[in-house]
Amino acid sequence: MDIPILKIEDFLVVTIQSELSDDEISKLQEDILLRIKDVGATGLIIDITALDIVDSFMGRTLSNVAATAELLGAKTVVVGIRPAVAVTLVELGIRVKWNVNTALNLERGRKLLKQLIGAEQRGGVS
Amino acid sequence: MSEDEEMTKVNIASSADIIAARGKGRELAMKMGFNVVDQTKITTAISELTRNIVTYAGKGEVTIEKAQSETGDKNGIVVVCVDEGPGIKDIGLVLKGGVSTSGSLGLGISGAKQLMDEFEIKSKPGEGTIITIKKWLRRR
Repeated sequence: MDIPILKIEDFLVVTIQSELSDDEISKLQEDILLRIKDVGATGLIIDITALDIVDSFMGRTLSNVAATAELLGAKTVVVGIRPAVAVTLVELGIRVKWNVNTALNLERGRKLLKQLIGAEQRGGVS
Repeated sequence: MSEDEEMTKVNIASSADIIAARGKGRELAMKMGFNVVDQTKITTAISELTRNIVTYAGKGEVTIEKAQSETGDKNGIVVVCVDEGPGIKDIGLVLKGGVSTSGSLGLGISGAKQLMDEFEIKSKPGEGTIITIKKWLRRR
């Protein structure tokens, strides 16, 4: 199954529609990085609204995608974490090791990305 | 409904099996009347433990069924994960969390324990691991 990666301005938007097998996850990771490079994206939004579970493996995957995207110069924001998933992730203890930007929804994710990129550009001048 | 329908066994050997197992867990939890947060916790705990089976033992099995407390006053769900993998040397360390030999976050077992009401682990190096987790329905 190919997961569409949409481009809006300089951002890429990936919407994960269903639970992914390990193979699908690695392919998606690869596809995202290639697209970032191809279009020179400065931001990446991963929408996981459709996921009714995020385990530590998926959590680590998201954080790896964010870390690799960062190396290519793109900031990542994960949006759409469901309340029950948020409760579960906190109890799982993921916050301790999880360094991923999150926002409630797509719109706020886009805002946050702009802020993150703006802050970096301002910081970069000095 | 017969008792058989309330028990599911899933052989675990790949990530597709993990998805299948947590689907079964979600289904039973939903049918039993667990709220969405508890359904998610149960499903996530199943995911963590079956992931461990795939990563460390290669294969194993998980059984998901209805449970009743010994005193008979609580109903819930019990999940038993069995493998004949390498076993765990230092269970105490693993239960603390954050330790991993596979490059993962090391939250699987500690996380599953945290998410459920009861947790029991039996493991011997070289022989395998049996983990039993339970979650009780909250009284309304």
